[in-house]
Amino acid sequence: MTILAQRPKSLLDVPMHYCPGCGHGIVHRLMAETFDELDIAQRIIGVAPVGCAVFADSYFACDMVQGAHGRGPAIATGIKRSKPGAIVFSYQGDGDLASIGMAEIVHAAVRSENITVIFINNAIYGMTGGQMAPTTLVGQVATTAPKGRDPKLQGWPINMCEMLAQITGSKYLARVAVDSAQNVMKAKQAIKKAFENQVNGVGFSMVEVISQCPTNWGATPMQALEFVRTKMIPQYPLGVFKDEGAK
Amino acid sequence: MTEKTLRKGNEALAEGAIRAGCRFFAGYPITPQNEVPEYMSAHMADAGGAFVQAESEVAAINMVYGAASTGTRSMTSSSSPGVSLKQEGITYLASADLPCLIVNVMRGGPGLGSISGAQGDYFQATRGGGNGDYHIIVLAPNSVEELGNFPKMAFELAEKYRMPCMILADGILGQMMESMSFHFDPVDPNTLGKFDWAVDINKNGRKKNNVFSYKGDNLIADVVERAKRYGYIEKTEPRFESRQTEDCDVLLVAYGLSSRACMEAVVKGREEGLKVGLFRPITLWPFPSQALRDAAKNAKAVVCVEQSLGQLVQDVKLSLNGAKPVYLNAYPAGGQPDGGTILPAVKSALNGGTEGLFDLQRHAEGFSYECKRDTSLGIQGDWKGGK
Repeated sequence: MTILAQRPKSLLDVPMHYCPGCGHGIVHRLMAETFDELDIAQRIIGVAPVGCAVFADSYFACDMVQGAHGRGPAIATGIKRSKPGAIVFSYQGDGDLASIGMAEIVHAAVRSENITVIFINNAIYGMTGGQMAPTTLVGQVATTAPKGRDPKLQGWPINMCEMLAQITGSKYLARVAVDSAQNVMKAKQAIKKAFENQVNGVGFSMVEVISQCPTNWGATPMQALEFVRTKMIPQYPLGVFKDEGAK
Repeated sequence: MTEKTLRKGNEALAEGAIRAGCRFFAGYPITPQNEVPEYMSAHMADAGGAFVQAESEVAAINMVYGAASTGTRSMTSSSSPGVSLKQEGITYLASADLPCLIVNVMRGGPGLGSISGAQGDYFQATRGGGNGDYHIIVLAPNSVEELGNFPKMAFELAEKYRMPCMILADGILGQMMESMSFHFDPVDPNTLGKFDWAVDINKNGRKKNNVFSYKGDNLIADVVERAKRYGYIEKTEPRFESRQTEDCDVLLVAYGLSSRACMEAVVKGREEGLKVGLFRPITLWPFPSQALRDAAKNAKAVVCVEQSLGQLVQDVKLSLNGAKPVYLNAYPAGGQPDGGTILPAVKSALNGGTEGLFDLQRHAEGFSYECKRDTSLGIQGDWKGGK
């Protein structure tokens, strides 16, 4: 019998708490595959966020630190600077990274901390029940934007990759999605590159993953995938915004 | 012990921390503690450690959270408004059972206040400061020599009990120069053992370690279990200094720089025939309550001398629990005591006078206050919110 697919060793054999149709589990798996394939599992120290992925420290086999909302890049900085041999990642959502943690992500990039950031953008605060995020689309309904996001009142969605691309210290910035097999494979490539960069000492690398949140979007899993394709990706175009790792 | 050298308080503190094995420092500029990060930026790399000038106080304390998670002796320093910003990280550090050193070189408050030395952050330091049920160990040096030597004690206590330790100094102590020596050989942290709870690379088969602050259903058990450590610390770790308390009629209680002024008052008072003694808490948490009760046993009155509006005095009253009359000689928001301003308070405490004794309600005698809206200035406007 040939085994075609199995659980990566870097992922623990425990039930995840994520909702049906959520993208977090896919991204966790892609990261764990990367750790195994790059043979860096013994060097990984992860930083789990506040939000839906607060329990991520229970799912990865590596040592993990779970810290305050938005502070992942600062915590990762402290870990990396005191354990330079570690491969350190910060896993963050959109409210975490693009709202309360805006200063931390920007300055981690400014210092070009040699860390890898995985940024899950699903345009909503998930764990707290669907409030408006900085990445919520114009017109998108949220529990704190009951009539939909109105730019006159709440401004426009923020595109983090494009913004961080202005910073010299950002060395790798890619935006991917996990809505289809093809995009999942591309996401894997980007995540792998972002960790290879850290192994090679390239500097600050971030992958933004456009992810689906059926629960808080009030959608079925299939409708959520359609929302990613027709609404999210037009606002958040996929691609590589900066790649200085190859040089 | 090193030879005596003349050092500035903040620099003695920074050098003392490096000698104590500190190998990670993150901080943000704020007066009057700037010499600490400046010294660290010049010397930490040579010691084999890391210095990061953080983007904010919030980021700095969270960098310490990350570094402390690896078992590295980690530290941040700031001054009052900056320490307010650090409270988020401090409560997370307490929750995650992480040892670290936090230094507050206090300035006048509230708010941006002033850059003058003050002691207004006693409540914040000893009552927790951040959210939730927790304590941190608080050490109060009163000399440049203690500033230089306390970091080692702070790291050892923090590690022994897996909790943050704060050195609560004040602006003048940080800025003044005194002759001092270090009483310990430099610690090489590379020779220290590892912790079984720290995150690390190369696990080599050991269990996976998580450092975390979200306790969910286990929170009650977690907080109740940690409280045993707090109780044990209250019993075993109080530190204090008593000066001429055996026969004193008036016992002064002061910490930090105020206690130096009190020593002057003790000497001057005794020259005048007043039996004055001094009790100086060195640990503000755990507060040395039993030792204070012992020191006050024969005193007729207790006078608390503090550069704040009546904060330390609350712990003094709690400790004495009504057994002695307790008075307050207060110098809030950057005021400075000296022997000449303390002695009138000593005399008042003995003879029932009021000079030098601060009482909040007497302070407000004959005073009333009410801020009013005034439509003759115009009206506030349309209550309809929006943009």
